[in-house]
Amino acid sequence: MSDTMKNALNWIDDRFPLTKVWNEHLAKYYAPKNFNWMYYFGSLAMLVLVNQIITGIFLTIHYKPDALLAFDSVEYIMRDVDWGWLIRYMHSTGASAFFIVVYLHMFRGLIYGSFRKPRELVWTFGMIIYVCLMAEAFMGYLLPWGQMSYWGAQVIVSLFGAIPYVGEDLALWLRGDYVISDATLNRFFAFHVIAIPLVLVILVFMHIVALHAVGSNNPDGIEIKKLKGADGIPLDGIPFHPYYSVKDLVGVGVFLFIFALIIFYMPEMGGYFLEHANFVPADPLKTPEHIAPVWYFTPFYAVLRAVPDKFLGVVAMAGAIVVLFLLPWLDKGINKSIRYRGPLFKKAIIAFVISFVMLGYFGMQPVTPVGTFFSRLFTLVYFAFFLLMPYYTRLDRDKELPVPERVTD
Amino acid sequence: MRKLILILSMFAVFQVHASSTGPELHAAKIDMTDKASLQRGAKYFVNYCISCHSAKQMRYSRVGQDLGISNELVQSNLMFNGENIFDGMNVAMTAKDGEKWFGVSPPDLSLIARSRGADWLYSYLTSFYIDEERPFGVDNLLFSKVGMPHVLADLQGMQKIVYKEVETDEGGVKQVFDRFELVKAGVMSEEEYQVAVNDLVAFMVYVGEPAKLERQAMGWKVLLFILGMTAVFYALKKDYWRDIH
Repeated sequence: MSDTMKNALNWIDDRFPLTKVWNEHLAKYYAPKNFNWMYYFGSLAMLVLVNQIITGIFLTIHYKPDALLAFDSVEYIMRDVDWGWLIRYMHSTGASAFFIVVYLHMFRGLIYGSFRKPRELVWTFGMIIYVCLMAEAFMGYLLPWGQMSYWGAQVIVSLFGAIPYVGEDLALWLRGDYVISDATLNRFFAFHVIAIPLVLVILVFMHIVALHAVGSNNPDGIEIKKLKGADGIPLDGIPFHPYYSVKDLVGVGVFLFIFALIIFYMPEMGGYFLEHANFVPADPLKTPEHIAPVWYFTPFYAVLRAVPDKFLGVVAMAGAIVVLFLLPWLDKGINKSIRYRGPLFKKAIIAFVISFVMLGYFGMQPVTPVGTFFSRLFTLVYFAFFLLMPYYTRLDRDKELPVPERVTD
Repeated sequence: MRKLILILSMFAVFQVHASSTGPELHAAKIDMTDKASLQRGAKYFVNYCISCHSAKQMRYSRVGQDLGISNELVQSNLMFNGENIFDGMNVAMTAKDGEKWFGVSPPDLSLIARSRGADWLYSYLTSFYIDEERPFGVDNLLFSKVGMPHVLADLQGMQKIVYKEVETDEGGVKQVFDRFELVKAGVMSEEEYQVAVNDLVAFMVYVGEPAKLERQAMGWKVLLFILGMTAVFYALKKDYWRDIH
């Protein structure tokens, strides 16, 4: 570094802890050296967040949050704005990509026990991020003002009406009208472009601060801080920068390849990322034959429909998310990582994954007796995974699978 | 064992789903890179559709630009109502009149290919058949009680449905669609008509998303760039990680 640069840095460091922050979070943040590919999804989630914010800003420049203009303004972006189609597809594909990346990120935490002590708050902040993300996606989906935007919002907001006593007033308060209307569109726009993104960014910051305070978990579930060298550096730790910054770039490359492939060659993703019915302008007088939320909500939608009573259905749907928050206190296993967990936990994970995917599938389909039967079955499996966890994890044979002292490759 | 049951149950479910779909769709054979086909499609659209259906999101100037037709030719061959070249493909008929004449106002077709799909459009335009009960003497196999007359009848001619009898689960017999039979020839042969409908559907797919031509032409270059970039990242990672075990 030249003297001028050094002087400039010193000048800044006297006034702002630049070098200190850089070191604490990057150059001298020691991460376990055995991260595998499942550890890409955290940095990828950040990348998608940045993508959503930047493309979102460009979209708001041309979008009109007005029930009479919204649909046409999206088509204006698709046709008349230079590169508008690319920006819009980056945003719409980014929404689905966000959930794919976040679901995989959560799954990685689940199987390697990254939610366990002392990372309960990392998990809790992450879960709040997930809930915010759902609200963000739901409100953003109203903005194109297509048939699915409109009727999806109508269905979901009406769910609040099922809450006893205050429900109808609450739904009215949320909509700002008796049905989804211009008033709703305007407020959803406000929440989608500023209120929730602001909260999201703050939560991501807290998620990372909490993580860096306790240190990262790893595929072996070993606390690397327990074994430190004479220099006070964990023996199995390596500086995040440059090791993981360059490694994450590889993940970024692979992700961008798939992301671009979808944007340029299948932006609708067969109707999963952009639903066909949403290319019809919202019509409050014409209910579509089949209303399905976008794929990332369908597991919870299936839980809702599995319960015969509307209010209890809403409770079950909310419960399906609440149980995720409780995960750190439900798991009583001795070891953290699935590598050293007994057969009960492994089987439970398999059953959970199958139930989540199948609920997602049935949530997309029109209601049939067979579909309802399987939705109920998988709803039971889903809840059993969490609510029985304290029992089967205690019974499990974790003891017979000793965790090594040092991380493995 | 539990896994096996789950897997089997999945198959059962998919079977149920597969059998609950409507009339079979015929695949549209469209080629978005075939400019001549798109141009013919544009011709059919302005000759047969636009008197009732608008495509208001689609500007005439953009059609000319993307399909390689000069503004003068667009004006003389595609525009009949004295619009400006930068106008959308609007319709002179008001929505109110449309509702009076057809029972329902003919929808704007800007995005019809995106909401219905190319195969649906192709099947729809080849599935009009004689039904004297209906106001215009035709119905559609895909869209029962459709308000639209068979506007392409002079090209295709008129066809009727030939039914066949199948046994129902309850042991009775019911009439189901077997095939169409041409009863009055049009100016086009069956093959010519299929090509014409494919041209029209190709144009509708283009109208649904004009950027499709652009993005498909550009995509592979972007992918190639990302591939090269990822290779560099991978080499960088290998180099940095040499001393880590």
